[in-house]
Amino acid sequence: MKIDIMLAGVGGQGVLSLAALIGRAAVAEGLHVKQSEVHGMAQRGGAVLSHLRLSDQVIASDLIPLGTADLILSMEPLESLRYLAYLSPTATVVTSVDPFINIPDYPPKEEILARLRRLPRAVLVEAERLAREAGDVLSRNTVMVGAAAHLLPLRRESFDGAIRQTFEAKGERALEMNFAAFEAGWRVSA
Amino acid sequence: MPRRILLGDECVALGAVHAGVSSAYAYPGTPATEILEYLLEFRRRHGRPFAAWCANEKTAMEEALGACFVGRRALVSMKHVGLNVAADPFVNAALVGTHGGLVVAVADDPGMHSSQNEQDSRFYADFARVLCLEPATQQEAYDMTAAAFDLSERFAVPVMLRLVTRLAHSRTAIEVAAEPRPENPVRKALRPQSWILLPSHARRQWHDLLGRQQEMVAWSEDCRWNRLTLNPDDRELGVITTGLARNYFEENARELASRPSHLHIGAYPLPLALIRRLAGQVKRLLVFEEGYPLVERLLRGLLDTPLPILGKLTGEVPLEGELTPDNVRPALGLPARPLTNPGDLALPTRPPQLCQGCSHGHMYHALKQALAGQAQSTVTADIGCYTLGALPPYDAIESCVCMGASVGMAKGASEAGFRPAVAVIGDSTFLHSGLTPLLDAVHEDADMTLIILDNETTAMTGGQESIAPSARLKDIVLGLGVDPGHLHVVEVLPRRVPQIAELLRGEFAHPGLSVVIAVRECLETARRRRKLVEVKPS
Ligand code: SF4
Repeated sequence: MKIDIMLAGVGGQGVLSLAALIGRAAVAEGLHVKQSEVHGMAQRGGAVLSHLRLSDQVIASDLIPLGTADLILSMEPLESLRYLAYLSPTATVVTSVDPFINIPDYPPKEEILARLRRLPRAVLVEAERLAREAGDVLSRNTVMVGAAAHLLPLRRESFDGAIRQTFEAKGERALEMNFAAFEAGWRVSA
Repeated sequence: MPRRILLGDECVALGAVHAGVSSAYAYPGTPATEILEYLLEFRRRHGRPFAAWCANEKTAMEEALGACFVGRRALVSMKHVGLNVAADPFVNAALVGTHGGLVVAVADDPGMHSSQNEQDSRFYADFARVLCLEPATQQEAYDMTAAAFDLSERFAVPVMLRLVTRLAHSRTAIEVAAEPRPENPVRKALRPQSWILLPSHARRQWHDLLGRQQEMVAWSEDCRWNRLTLNPDDRELGVITTGLARNYFEENARELASRPSHLHIGAYPLPLALIRRLAGQVKRLLVFEEGYPLVERLLRGLLDTPLPILGKLTGEVPLEGELTPDNVRPALGLPARPLTNPGDLALPTRPPQLCQGCSHGHMYHALKQALAGQAQSTVTADIGCYTLGALPPYDAIESCVCMGASVGMAKGASEAGFRPAVAVIGDSTFLHSGLTPLLDAVHEDADMTLIILDNETTAMTGGQESIAPSARLKDIVLGLGVDPGHLHVVEVLPRRVPQIAELLRGEFAHPGLSVVIAVRECLETARRRRKLVEVKPS
């Protein structure tokens, strides 16, 4: 078993926190995990990409080869389109529909969503709205993990454990909000 | 054995702790920053080892050397270009015969994700005649760091640990030692003259170092990180990999009809006998290395070899940028993987940029207003977030070469006859390498204006504290001898932009040295500080 995930977004959107949640859930199930991150210059509002690999075998490369990824999980719709060349024939794109506009030539949102809908398998998530409904717009990363969870060979309890591990220190309210955010994401693709 | 999920950088830090390191020094630089960050946090929690940020990589190396001078184990970490700054103490540290282990962790950045060049630090290790270990996995990063301290003491040389971005910034679970080794006791060298590199001593030390080379090669021949796997059934191709290249080779190897004989090199000096054994078995050699073609060049030499050697120099492997699981395929005779969706080339790019509301942006507006109307002008700049002022909408700077270069370059341009010459530098970069060129400028009263963007932090690498607090910057500049009449401290607020422009215009007209310190805390650092304050009371 091997799952390769490209995590995308804009520097500052917390792409690494997506990777951390999924990585923790996978480690809890005894899987091998490799997660390549971006630090430094690109984190200043630039396009950010993280390669996350889960497997029951030892993983050789920290980078995912082109044409083989199982999933693009993106915090931003334009960014989700940037890495399509990595996708395998059976892969899915799960992306937030909320644009992050910090460039002058950002295409119209509808055009991006239309391109996404033309893909064989795309799940579009209103992450910001769902996060706000869950109690905190900052929980949108957890919403996105929830939305992708069906596509990952990991148990629901492992995600719950990962959320607890990640947010417990921030207090009961933060924990509850993130459980609600995960649930909201989960229901998008249920 | 306990398991931990760690970043490659953190594996180095924990490896050092478990090897009994007493002191760790560094200057922040991507992709090496997280080594010392981990150790600082470790120190906060456990009280040991000593760990601190330094003014620059050279001072860091010298402070580490001081710890080794009294018999302790020390770690110094930096990004690849930092080793240029620290090259003087590094190369000479190879001569002194250190008895406390010194490990120099250097993180290279092939592909230049966050750097000005992609120089390969292994050349420095070769140049200084010391051992170099190159991990291919996080586990190796941990194991090699621990081993590097032992090797440093055994061979009485600093040991380089060469990392690259993709390892430094990749996270995975590793097994760690249950019990850390105790720290070395404080003990001065038995032969202190070895540390006094007077020519007569230095000649003896150099002779000794050269004498130890054979032992180092002998160690390299059968160390566990240099592994030769021969395939007697396939005599066509032999593959040599170094560092991360092994992972990309392995990622593709199962698609090969037959597995070639393979030598992986994780430790230098090169294991000559292993290379000869491989070469004796095959008709062609293919070399994959992350970085410059160091091994390939050494193998090839100047004259043609009877055995064809393929790699970066012959074009089979890309000479520029980092290796990937994809770009090593052609050399292995594998076709490109089929792409279901080639992607959309028409997407707008999203380059990094200054945060919304960052004071650097306001300062660049002021600078451009002040320069408007000048027949000619030049703005040299430096390394940090403010380098992004090179991009639209600012287009405000014309150079970024190395730490501190802005100051000396503005002076040189002005003295060559080009004025007004303006230098822009951040507070942390100024303290790293801007003080000495400013001293030069004071000495000549150079006709230039230096703008120090003081955001009270090292912002680009994640907001480490600058080595001197903002409040002292003015005194430091005055102490260097800058004329108080032409030293100004301004607070950068959007509404003050016209006033600041006016002030700058006045100083451009002054036919001598002026310094303007533009103060405003980095927004990111301020946000993190507020968070800390919020968390503390609970
Ligand atoms: S991190 Fe700080 S210094 Fe860098 S761009 Fe953002 S606000 Fe400006």
